[in-house]
Amino acid sequence: MNRIVIREGVCDLCGTCVGVCPVDCMELTETRLQIDADRCILCEMCVEICPVDALELCDGRSV
Amino acid sequence: MDDRYDVIVVGAGPAGSTAARFAALGGARVLLLEKDREVGIPVRCAEGIGDEGLRSVLEPRERWIAARIDAAELVAPDGTRVRLSYPSAGYVLHRKIFDYDLAQMAAEAGVEVRTKAYVHGLLWEDGRVAGVRVLHLGEDRAIRAQIVIGADGVESRVGRWAGLNTVTSMHDMEACVQVTASRVEVEPNVCYFYFGKEVAPGGYAWVFPKGDGVANIGLGVSGDYSGRKKPIAYLRQFLAERFPKASILTWVAGGVPCAPTLKEIVADGVMLVGDAAHQANPISGGGIATALIAGKICGRVAAEAIRDGDVSKKRLAQYAKEWHKAEGKTHERFYRIKEGVYRLSDEDLNRTAHMLAQLPPEEITITRVFRTALFREPRLLLEVAKVFVG
Repeated sequence: MNRIVIREGVCDLCGTCVGVCPVDCMELTETRLQIDADRCILCEMCVEICPVDALELCDGRSV
Repeated sequence: MDDRYDVIVVGAGPAGSTAARFAALGGARVLLLEKDREVGIPVRCAEGIGDEGLRSVLEPRERWIAARIDAAELVAPDGTRVRLSYPSAGYVLHRKIFDYDLAQMAAEAGVEVRTKAYVHGLLWEDGRVAGVRVLHLGEDRAIRAQIVIGADGVESRVGRWAGLNTVTSMHDMEACVQVTASRVEVEPNVCYFYFGKEVAPGGYAWVFPKGDGVANIGLGVSGDYSGRKKPIAYLRQFLAERFPKASILTWVAGGVPCAPTLKEIVADGVMLVGDAAHQANPISGGGIATALIAGKICGRVAAEAIRDGDVSKKRLAQYAKEWHKAEGKTHERFYRIKEGVYRLSDEDLNRTAHMLAQLPPEEITITRVFRTALFREPRLLLEVAKVFVG
Protein backbone atom coordinates (compact mmCIF):
# COMPACT_ATOMS: atom_id res chain seq x y z
CA MET A 1 0.00 0.00 0.00
CA ASN A 2 1.23 3.48 -0.79
CA ARG A 3 1.82 5.83 2.10
CA ILE A 4 3.49 9.08 3.13
CA VAL A 5 6.75 8.52 4.96
CA ILE A 6 8.58 10.95 7.20
CA ARG A 7 12.33 11.26 6.84
CA GLU A 8 13.20 11.27 10.52
CA GLY A 9 15.91 13.75 11.38
CA VAL A 10 14.99 15.94 8.43
CA CYS A 11 11.55 16.87 9.78
CA ASP A 12 11.78 20.08 11.85
CA LEU A 13 8.37 19.54 13.54
CA CYS A 14 7.22 22.89 12.16
CA GLY A 15 3.60 21.92 11.53
CA THR A 16 3.28 23.46 8.06
CA CYS A 17 2.01 20.13 6.69
CA VAL A 18 -0.55 19.83 9.48
CA GLY A 19 -1.86 23.29 8.55
CA VAL A 20 -2.63 22.30 4.94
CA CYS A 21 -3.78 18.69 5.50
CA PRO A 22 -7.38 18.62 4.22
CA VAL A 23 -8.39 15.50 6.17
CA ASP A 24 -6.72 16.24 9.49
CA CYS A 25 -4.70 13.04 9.51
CA MET A 26 -1.43 14.57 10.74
CA GLU A 27 -0.56 15.29 14.33
CA LEU A 28 2.40 16.96 15.88
CA THR A 29 3.34 15.73 19.33
CA GLU A 30 6.09 17.37 21.34
CA THR A 31 8.65 15.01 19.87
CA ARG A 32 7.37 13.71 16.53
CA LEU A 33 5.03 14.00 13.58
CA GLN A 34 2.44 11.26 13.20
CA ILE A 35 0.34 10.39 10.15
CA ASP A 36 -2.88 8.40 10.52
CA ALA A 37 -2.61 6.14 7.48
CA ASP A 38 -6.27 5.14 7.70
CA ARG A 39 -7.44 8.69 7.18
CA CYS A 40 -4.66 9.82 4.76
CA ILE A 41 -5.96 10.22 1.19
CA LEU A 42 -2.44 10.43 -0.32
CA CYS A 43 -3.14 13.89 -1.77
CA GLU A 44 0.54 14.79 -1.22
CA MET A 45 -0.16 18.38 -0.20
CA CYS A 46 2.09 17.81 2.81
CA VAL A 47 4.86 16.52 0.55
CA GLU A 48 4.48 19.61 -1.65
CA ILE A 49 4.42 22.21 1.14
CA CYS A 50 7.17 20.80 3.37
CA PRO A 51 9.87 23.52 3.49
CA VAL A 52 12.68 21.03 4.06
CA ASP A 53 11.68 18.04 1.92
CA ALA A 54 11.07 15.75 4.87
CA LEU A 55 8.06 13.90 3.45
CA GLU A 56 7.70 11.59 0.50
CA LEU A 57 5.13 9.32 -1.05
CA CYS A 58 6.40 5.79 -0.84
CA ASP A 59 5.31 3.05 -3.17
CA GLY A 60 4.26 0.22 -0.89
CA ARG A 61 5.89 -2.43 -3.05
CA SER A 62 9.32 -0.86 -2.70
CA VAL A 63 9.19 -0.43 1.08
CA MET B 1 -2.58 21.59 38.25
CA ASP B 2 -6.20 21.15 39.32
CA ASP B 3 -9.01 19.31 37.57
CA ARG B 4 -11.04 22.40 36.80
CA TYR B 5 -10.45 25.96 35.56
CA ASP B 6 -12.51 28.74 34.02
CA VAL B 7 -10.25 29.04 30.98
CA ILE B 8 -7.59 26.75 29.48
CA VAL B 9 -5.23 28.28 26.90
CA VAL B 10 -3.43 25.85 24.58
CA GLY B 11 -0.08 27.26 23.39
CA ALA B 12 2.21 29.78 25.11
CA GLY B 13 3.27 31.94 22.18
CA PRO B 14 2.53 35.69 22.22
CA ALA B 15 -1.19 35.12 21.43
CA GLY B 16 -1.70 32.46 24.11
CA SER B 17 0.23 34.17 26.89
CA THR B 18 -1.49 37.49 26.19
CA ALA B 19 -4.97 35.91 26.08
CA ALA B 20 -4.21 34.04 29.32
CA ARG B 21 -2.96 37.18 31.04
CA PHE B 22 -5.99 39.29 30.14
CA ALA B 23 -8.41 36.51 31.06
CA ALA B 24 -6.76 36.32 34.50
CA LEU B 25 -6.76 40.10 34.88
CA GLY B 26 -10.51 39.92 34.18
CA GLY B 27 -10.94 37.60 37.15
CA ALA B 28 -10.89 34.16 35.49
CA ARG B 29 -8.98 31.12 36.80
CA VAL B 30 -6.65 30.32 33.93
CA LEU B 31 -4.37 27.41 32.98
CA LEU B 32 -1.82 27.95 30.19
CA LEU B 33 -0.46 24.77 28.54
CA GLU B 34 2.67 24.60 26.38
CA LYS B 35 3.78 21.40 24.66
CA ASP B 36 7.44 22.32 24.46
CA ARG B 37 9.84 22.05 27.34
CA GLU B 38 10.34 25.80 27.57
CA VAL B 39 8.29 28.81 26.56
CA GLY B 40 9.94 30.67 23.67
CA ILE B 41 11.96 27.75 22.26
CA PRO B 42 12.31 26.94 19.41
CA VAL B 43 11.90 30.34 17.75
CA ARG B 44 10.00 29.90 14.47
CA CYS B 45 9.97 33.56 13.52
CA ALA B 46 11.92 36.35 11.79
CA GLU B 47 11.30 38.35 15.00
CA GLY B 48 10.37 41.70 13.42
CA ILE B 49 7.64 43.90 14.93
CA GLY B 50 6.49 47.48 14.32
CA ASP B 51 6.79 49.98 17.17
CA GLU B 52 3.12 50.93 16.99
CA GLY B 53 1.87 47.33 17.06
CA LEU B 54 4.04 46.46 20.07
CA ARG B 55 3.10 49.61 22.00
CA SER B 56 -0.60 49.03 21.41
CA VAL B 57 -0.38 46.27 24.02
CA LEU B 58 3.01 46.53 25.78
CA GLU B 59 5.68 49.01 26.76
CA PRO B 60 8.85 47.72 25.04
CA ARG B 61 11.55 46.38 27.39
CA GLU B 62 15.19 46.88 26.54
CA ARG B 63 15.96 43.16 27.06
CA TRP B 64 13.58 42.14 24.24
CA ILE B 65 15.26 44.31 21.64
CA ALA B 66 18.03 42.86 19.47
CA ALA B 67 18.00 45.77 17.02
CA ARG B 68 16.13 49.01 16.51
CA ILE B 69 14.96 49.41 12.94
CA ASP B 70 14.63 52.76 11.19
CA ALA B 71 14.59 51.75 7.53
CA ALA B 72 13.42 49.00 5.20
CA GLU B 73 15.30 48.24 2.00
CA LEU B 74 13.43 46.55 -0.83
CA VAL B 75 15.58 44.73 -3.37
CA ALA B 76 14.04 44.13 -6.81
CA PRO B 77 14.80 41.01 -8.88
CA ASP B 78 17.41 42.92 -10.92
CA GLY B 79 19.12 44.19 -7.76
CA THR B 80 17.70 47.73 -7.76
CA ARG B 81 17.40 48.91 -4.17
CA VAL B 82 14.68 51.15 -2.78
CA ARG B 83 14.98 52.40 0.76
CA LEU B 84 12.11 53.47 2.97
CA SER B 85 13.17 55.41 6.04
CA TYR B 86 11.01 55.62 9.13
CA PRO B 87 12.42 56.91 12.40
CA SER B 88 11.66 54.31 15.15
CA ALA B 89 9.80 52.03 12.76
CA GLY B 90 10.19 48.91 14.86
CA TYR B 91 12.40 46.24 16.31
CA VAL B 92 13.95 42.88 15.73
CA LEU B 93 13.19 41.05 18.96
CA HIS B 94 14.80 38.28 20.96
CA ARG B 95 11.68 36.09 20.85
CA LYS B 96 13.20 33.63 23.34
CA ILE B 97 13.24 36.36 25.96
CA PHE B 98 10.07 38.10 24.75
CA ASP B 99 7.89 34.97 24.81
CA TYR B 100 9.28 33.93 28.18
CA ASP B 101 8.51 37.36 29.64
CA LEU B 102 4.95 37.27 28.26
CA ALA B 103 4.37 33.93 29.98
CA GLN B 104 5.90 35.36 33.16
CA MET B 105 3.59 38.37 32.97
CA ALA B 106 0.69 35.94 32.64
CA ALA B 107 1.94 34.05 35.70
CA GLU B 108 2.18 37.32 37.64
CA ALA B 109 -1.47 37.97 36.76
CA GLY B 110 -2.36 34.63 38.37
CA VAL B 111 -2.21 32.25 35.39
CA GLU B 112 -0.97 28.73 36.11
CA VAL B 113 1.62 27.85 33.46
CA ARG B 114 2.61 24.26 32.57
CA THR B 115 5.23 23.33 30.00
CA LYS B 116 5.77 19.84 28.53
CA ALA B 117 1.97 19.68 28.58
CA TYR B 118 0.75 18.15 25.35
CA VAL B 119 -2.96 18.59 24.65
CA HIS B 120 -4.18 15.72 22.49
CA GLY B 121 -7.95 16.12 22.52
CA LEU B 122 -10.96 17.96 23.84
CA LEU B 123 -13.44 16.86 26.51
CA TRP B 124 -17.07 16.97 25.47
CA GLU B 125 -20.22 17.12 27.55
CA ASP B 126 -23.76 17.32 26.18
CA GLY B 127 -22.34 18.15 22.76
CA ARG B 128 -20.27 21.05 24.11
CA VAL B 129 -16.56 21.42 24.70
CA ALA B 130 -15.89 20.95 28.39
CA GLY B 131 -12.09 20.92 28.67
CA VAL B 132 -8.97 19.21 27.32
CA ARG B 133 -7.09 15.95 27.51
CA VAL B 134 -3.45 16.60 28.33
CA LEU B 135 -0.33 14.47 28.64
CA HIS B 136 1.82 15.95 31.37
CA LEU B 137 4.80 14.27 33.04
CA GLY B 138 3.74 10.85 31.83
CA GLU B 139 0.17 11.24 33.03
CA ASP B 140 -2.88 11.47 30.78
CA ARG B 141 -5.32 13.83 32.47
CA ALA B 142 -8.75 15.27 31.77
CA ILE B 143 -8.97 18.90 32.84
CA ARG B 144 -12.26 20.73 32.70
CA ALA B 145 -12.83 24.33 31.71
CA GLN B 146 -15.70 26.48 30.55
CA ILE B 147 -13.64 27.98 27.73
CA VAL B 148 -10.75 26.47 25.77
CA ILE B 149 -8.64 29.00 23.86
CA GLY B 150 -6.68 27.51 20.94
CA ALA B 151 -3.46 29.49 20.52
CA ASP B 152 -1.80 26.43 19.02
CA GLY B 153 -0.27 27.98 15.93
CA VAL B 154 -0.26 27.15 12.25
CA GLU B 155 -0.82 23.46 12.97
CA SER B 156 -3.85 24.31 15.18
CA ARG B 157 -5.92 21.32 16.09
CA VAL B 158 -8.09 22.76 18.85
CA GLY B 159 -10.19 24.50 16.19
CA ARG B 160 -10.50 21.36 14.08
CA TRP B 161 -11.49 19.27 17.06
CA ALA B 162 -14.17 21.85 17.85
CA GLY B 163 -15.53 21.58 14.31
CA LEU B 164 -14.15 24.85 12.92
CA ASN B 165 -12.56 24.82 9.49
CA THR B 166 -8.94 25.79 10.14
CA VAL B 167 -7.29 24.42 7.00
CA THR B 168 -4.90 26.84 5.29
CA SER B 169 -5.09 26.63 1.50
CA MET B 170 -1.87 25.81 -0.35
CA HIS B 171 -2.10 29.22 -2.04
CA ASP B 172 -2.11 31.06 1.29
CA MET B 173 0.46 28.95 3.10
CA GLU B 174 3.98 30.38 2.97
CA ALA B 175 6.52 27.62 3.49
CA CYS B 176 9.47 29.25 5.24
CA VAL B 177 12.99 28.43 6.27
CA GLN B 178 15.40 30.63 8.15
CA VAL B 179 18.90 30.61 9.50
CA THR B 180 20.30 32.75 12.24
CA ALA B 181 23.84 33.48 11.15
CA SER B 182 26.85 35.52 12.21
CA ARG B 183 29.30 37.38 9.94
CA VAL B 184 26.41 38.97 8.05
CA GLU B 185 27.57 42.30 6.71
CA VAL B 186 24.50 44.52 6.66
CA GLU B 187 23.57 47.84 8.22
CA PRO B 188 22.56 47.23 11.84
CA ASN B 189 19.30 49.23 11.73
CA VAL B 190 17.88 48.20 8.38
CA CYS B 191 15.58 45.30 7.49
CA TYR B 192 16.10 43.95 3.96
CA PHE B 193 13.44 42.39 1.72
CA TYR B 194 14.37 40.62 -1.54
CA PHE B 195 11.79 39.88 -4.21
CA GLY B 196 11.73 37.78 -7.36
CA LYS B 197 10.76 34.43 -8.81
CA GLU B 198 14.36 33.19 -8.54
CA VAL B 199 14.69 34.31 -4.93
CA ALA B 200 11.36 33.28 -3.40
CA PRO B 201 8.37 32.77 -5.74
CA GLY B 202 5.11 34.01 -4.25
CA GLY B 203 6.96 35.34 -1.21
CA TYR B 204 10.16 37.15 -0.33
CA ALA B 205 13.50 36.69 1.36
CA TRP B 206 14.40 38.69 4.45
CA VAL B 207 17.52 39.76 6.28
CA PHE B 208 16.75 41.10 9.76
CA PRO B 209 19.78 42.23 11.79
CA LYS B 210 20.09 41.22 15.44
CA GLY B 211 23.25 43.11 16.37
CA ASP B 212 26.94 42.10 16.42
CA GLY B 213 26.83 40.96 12.80
CA VAL B 214 24.15 38.38 13.59
CA ALA B 215 20.99 38.30 11.47
CA ASN B 216 17.92 36.22 10.72
CA ILE B 217 18.09 35.31 7.03
CA GLY B 218 15.14 33.45 5.64
CA LEU B 219 12.52 33.20 2.95
CA GLY B 220 9.01 32.06 2.31
CA VAL B 221 7.61 30.43 -0.81
CA SER B 222 3.88 30.29 -1.54
CA GLY B 223 2.31 26.84 -1.64
CA ASP B 224 1.36 27.69 -5.25
CA TYR B 225 5.02 27.27 -6.17
CA SER B 226 5.76 24.27 -4.05
CA GLY B 227 7.21 21.32 -5.85
CA ARG B 228 10.63 19.99 -6.57
CA LYS B 229 12.62 23.01 -5.48
CA LYS B 230 12.08 23.40 -1.77
CA PRO B 231 12.38 26.59 0.30
CA ILE B 232 15.52 25.18 1.88
CA ALA B 233 17.10 24.91 -1.59
CA TYR B 234 16.14 28.51 -2.37
CA LEU B 235 17.70 29.60 0.92
CA ARG B 236 20.95 27.72 0.28
CA GLN B 237 21.20 29.46 -3.07
CA PHE B 238 20.35 32.87 -1.57
CA LEU B 239 23.04 32.46 1.10
CA ALA B 240 25.66 31.26 -1.37
CA GLU B 241 25.04 34.16 -3.75
CA ARG B 242 24.48 37.05 -1.33
CA PHE B 243 26.07 36.09 2.00
CA PRO B 244 28.83 33.59 1.26
CA LYS B 245 30.68 34.58 4.45
CA ALA B 246 27.69 33.99 6.71
CA SER B 247 28.31 31.43 9.42
CA ILE B 248 25.15 29.58 10.42
CA LEU B 249 24.24 29.32 14.11
CA THR B 250 20.76 27.77 13.93
CA TRP B 251 18.16 26.98 11.35
CA VAL B 252 14.42 26.56 11.53
CA ALA B 253 11.46 25.79 9.27
CA GLY B 254 7.86 26.91 9.56
CA GLY B 255 4.63 27.81 7.84
CA VAL B 256 2.88 31.17 7.88
CA PRO B 257 -0.81 31.43 6.98
CA CYS B 258 -0.94 34.60 4.82
CA ALA B 259 -4.69 34.31 4.66
CA PRO B 260 -7.87 36.12 5.58
CA THR B 261 -8.92 35.61 9.20
CA LEU B 262 -10.85 32.33 9.55
CA LYS B 263 -14.57 32.79 8.94
CA GLU B 264 -15.30 31.42 12.40
CA ILE B 265 -12.87 31.96 15.26
CA VAL B 266 -15.29 31.01 18.04
CA ALA B 267 -17.59 28.09 18.84
CA ASP B 268 -19.48 27.16 22.01
CA GLY B 269 -16.79 27.30 24.70
CA VAL B 270 -13.95 27.67 22.16
CA MET B 271 -11.91 30.64 20.91
CA LEU B 272 -8.99 30.70 18.46
CA VAL B 273 -6.25 33.32 18.47
CA GLY B 274 -3.02 34.15 16.61
CA ASP B 275 -1.81 31.93 13.75
CA ALA B 276 -4.49 29.40 14.74
CA ALA B 277 -7.10 32.00 13.73
CA HIS B 278 -5.08 33.19 10.68
CA GLN B 279 -4.48 36.63 12.12
CA ALA B 280 -0.95 37.30 10.79
CA ASN B 281 -0.49 40.21 8.39
CA PRO B 282 -1.12 38.63 4.97
CA ILE B 283 1.37 40.89 3.16
CA SER B 284 4.36 40.66 5.47
CA GLY B 285 3.54 37.44 7.28
CA GLY B 286 4.27 39.33 10.51
CA GLY B 287 2.09 37.94 13.26
CA ILE B 288 3.45 39.11 16.62
CA ALA B 289 1.62 42.43 16.85
CA THR B 290 -1.72 41.04 15.70
CA ALA B 291 -1.30 38.12 18.13
CA LEU B 292 -0.89 40.60 20.98
CA ILE B 293 -3.85 42.72 19.90
CA ALA B 294 -6.15 39.73 19.30
CA GLY B 295 -4.89 38.00 22.47
CA LYS B 296 -5.81 41.01 24.58
CA ILE B 297 -9.35 41.14 23.17
CA CYS B 298 -9.75 37.36 23.36
CA GLY B 299 -8.67 37.15 27.02
CA ARG B 300 -10.84 40.06 28.11
CA VAL B 301 -13.95 38.72 26.36
CA ALA B 302 -13.32 35.24 27.81
CA ALA B 303 -13.26 36.67 31.35
CA GLU B 304 -16.42 38.71 30.71
CA ALA B 305 -18.22 35.65 29.36
CA ILE B 306 -17.22 33.62 32.43
CA ARG B 307 -18.49 36.42 34.68
CA ASP B 308 -21.80 36.48 32.79
CA GLY B 309 -22.10 32.69 33.02
CA ASP B 310 -22.58 32.49 29.27
CA VAL B 311 -19.81 30.91 27.15
CA SER B 312 -21.99 30.24 24.12
CA LYS B 313 -20.74 30.89 20.62
CA LYS B 314 -23.08 33.87 20.47
CA ARG B 315 -21.54 35.45 23.57
CA LEU B 316 -17.95 34.71 22.50
CA ALA B 317 -18.66 36.20 19.07
CA GLN B 318 -18.04 39.56 20.74
CA TYR B 319 -14.32 38.72 20.42
CA ALA B 320 -14.67 38.13 16.67
CA LYS B 321 -16.61 41.36 16.35
CA GLU B 322 -14.05 43.41 18.28
CA TRP B 323 -11.14 41.84 16.37
CA HIS B 324 -12.76 42.77 13.08
CA LYS B 325 -13.35 46.28 14.31
CA ALA B 326 -9.77 46.69 15.58
CA GLU B 327 -7.76 44.91 12.88
CA GLY B 328 -9.92 42.64 10.79
CA LYS B 329 -10.92 45.10 8.12
CA THR B 330 -7.35 46.26 7.57
CA HIS B 331 -6.33 42.63 7.55
CA GLU B 332 -8.82 41.81 4.78
CA ARG B 333 -7.65 44.78 2.72
CA PHE B 334 -4.04 43.65 3.20
CA TYR B 335 -5.08 40.27 1.89
CA ARG B 336 -6.56 41.81 -1.28
CA ILE B 337 -3.40 43.87 -1.77
CA LYS B 338 -1.28 40.75 -1.31
CA GLU B 339 -3.26 39.05 -4.05
CA GLY B 340 -2.50 42.01 -6.34
CA VAL B 341 1.17 42.33 -5.44
CA TYR B 342 1.86 38.62 -5.78
CA ARG B 343 0.49 38.64 -9.32
CA LEU B 344 3.26 41.04 -10.38
CA SER B 345 5.96 39.63 -12.63
CA ASP B 346 9.67 40.20 -12.05
CA GLU B 347 9.57 42.81 -14.86
CA ASP B 348 6.74 44.65 -13.07
CA LEU B 349 8.76 44.63 -9.85
CA ASN B 350 11.92 45.88 -11.61
CA ARG B 351 10.01 48.67 -13.34
CA THR B 352 8.43 49.70 -10.05
CA ALA B 353 11.84 49.79 -8.36
CA HIS B 354 13.33 51.90 -11.20
CA MET B 355 10.52 54.43 -10.89
CA LEU B 356 10.86 54.64 -7.13
CA ALA B 357 14.66 54.87 -7.28
CA GLN B 358 14.33 58.15 -9.16
CA LEU B 359 12.33 59.78 -6.38
CA PRO B 360 13.97 61.82 -3.63
CA PRO B 361 14.37 59.54 -0.58
CA GLU B 362 11.95 61.52 1.59
CA GLU B 363 9.17 60.92 -0.94
CA ILE B 364 9.46 57.13 -0.83
CA THR B 365 6.75 55.78 1.44
CA ILE B 366 5.12 52.39 1.67
CA THR B 367 1.96 53.89 0.15
CA ARG B 368 4.03 55.15 -2.75
CA VAL B 369 5.60 51.72 -3.22
CA PHE B 370 2.27 49.94 -3.44
CA ARG B 371 0.73 52.72 -5.54
CA THR B 372 3.59 52.58 -8.02
CA ALA B 373 3.57 48.80 -8.11
CA LEU B 374 -0.13 48.63 -8.72
CA PHE B 375 -0.59 51.66 -10.94
CA ARG B 376 -1.99 49.54 -13.72
CA GLU B 377 -4.65 48.12 -11.45
CA PRO B 378 -6.83 51.03 -10.38
CA ARG B 379 -9.17 48.87 -8.30
CA LEU B 380 -6.31 47.74 -6.10
CA LEU B 381 -4.94 51.24 -6.00
CA LEU B 382 -8.19 52.33 -4.42
CA GLU B 383 -7.80 49.63 -1.78
CA VAL B 384 -4.27 50.76 -1.00
CA ALA B 385 -5.40 54.36 -0.71
CA LYS B 386 -8.08 53.31 1.79
CA VAL B 387 -5.54 51.47 3.92
CA PHE B 388 -2.87 54.13 4.04
CA VAL B 389 -4.72 57.36 3.58
CA GLY B 390 -8.14 57.11 5.12
